[in-house]
Amino acid sequence: MATSDDGGFHGPSIDEFFPPAIFFAGTDFEINRIVLIRFLAVIAIILVFWLGTRRMRVVPGRFQSVVEMGLDFTRVNIAEDLLGKKDGRRFLPLITTIFFAVLFMNITGIIPFLNISANSTIGMPLVLAVAAWIAFIYAGLRKHPAAFFKNALFPPGVPWPLYIIVTPIELVSTFVLRPITLTLRLLMNMIVGHLLLVLFFAATQFFFFTASQTSIFYSLFGVGTLAFGFVFTLFELLVAVLQAYVFALLTTVYIQLALAEEH
Amino acid sequence: MLQTIIVAAGEGESQNPLLPAAYDIIWSLVCFVVILFFFWRLVLPRMKKLLDERSAAIEGNIEKADAAQKEAEAALEEYTAQLADARAEAAKIREQARTDAQRIGSEIQAQAQADAERVKSNAQVAIEADRQAALVSLRSEVGTLAIDLASGVIGESLSDDKKATALVDRFLADLEASGSAGADTSGKK
Repeated sequence: MATSDDGGFHGPSIDEFFPPAIFFAGTDFEINRIVLIRFLAVIAIILVFWLGTRRMRVVPGRFQSVVEMGLDFTRVNIAEDLLGKKDGRRFLPLITTIFFAVLFMNITGIIPFLNISANSTIGMPLVLAVAAWIAFIYAGLRKHPAAFFKNALFPPGVPWPLYIIVTPIELVSTFVLRPITLTLRLLMNMIVGHLLLVLFFAATQFFFFTASQTSIFYSLFGVGTLAFGFVFTLFELLVAVLQAYVFALLTTVYIQLALAEEH
Repeated sequence: MLQTIIVAAGEGESQNPLLPAAYDIIWSLVCFVVILFFFWRLVLPRMKKLLDERSAAIEGNIEKADAAQKEAEAALEEYTAQLADARAEAAKIREQARTDAQRIGSEIQAQAQADAERVKSNAQVAIEADRQAALVSLRSEVGTLAIDLASGVIGESLSDDKKATALVDRFLADLEASGSAGADTSGKK
């Protein structure tokens, strides 16, 4: 992708994330490679969970067990653990959606021929973060219609002169920084992961096929970069799962904080 | 890293990755909504149904086990009660048997005593009768003997020793003969 036919080494650039349009070029409905990968991830999610839950049995088979394990992970370990059974059930669709959307769209970064995470342009992380943002504000307003913003911005038990400092901090940290950090954490993880992998494999390509014509020893560097590329591919797998977990967990924590009596 | 990327973006005179393009947002939103509705309307209800079924099955099994245990306990209780009843019955029967045996024993004893008394009195009566009969017969026989002897003495000469001895002998022989048919002799006399 980064090496062209002229044989020189080209490092990865930010253009990686702005591939040429494939459909509807120039409109607001432009579809490029990354958007197609996003669609593919959606199809994969639907396929896996539709097949996995189509004929559910009380005593599960192998595939159903795996699907159940995934759904149980978000249900028990994230939603019910933090929110309790009742609220956990209310917000479970959102939490499950966020977890599996992030997971499946992250994982495309290391799938051959896709090779880029569907979360590596800002649209998807931003949409998910805004959904989380709306969810926790909604949760807070439903639970404490009158007191939510008051408790959030003017924490009880603080002497009133301190509100001059505390209130702007709370406003920014709760209502501004939370969606931004959610977005950027995921986006940057995916962008950097992709750039690292491209860097390693582009270098491998360069060392094996271009530099080795100058001296065969350059191939050894190629072996090194290939090994690093392999290790970082595994690392990206870890990051993909971890970021999905972190995104879903933080969304749940924000909802939990909004639901808490003493905010 | 953010700085580097923005710088890199600036160098390449390309877009800033932090500025979302409209198409990016729109398609992301579509994907999100599709996935959300998919989980919300299809997957999670299916999962919930399964979990309900599973817990119902588990509860059903527990209930079944409870019922079986209760049944077993009831059976045991019934059995114990029956056993106690049977024991009581046995004790009653035994007691009854003992009193019966005692009663029968004493009855038999009384009966035997009465029988013995009766046999004894009968025997006494018989003995008394025999004695009386013997006494009567003896008395008459002794008289007859005395009369016989006296008549013999009177009929013969008693001076002659030889005759006297012969008389006595004859008397004794008669006596012997009459002894062998004593009953007839006594009856006739």
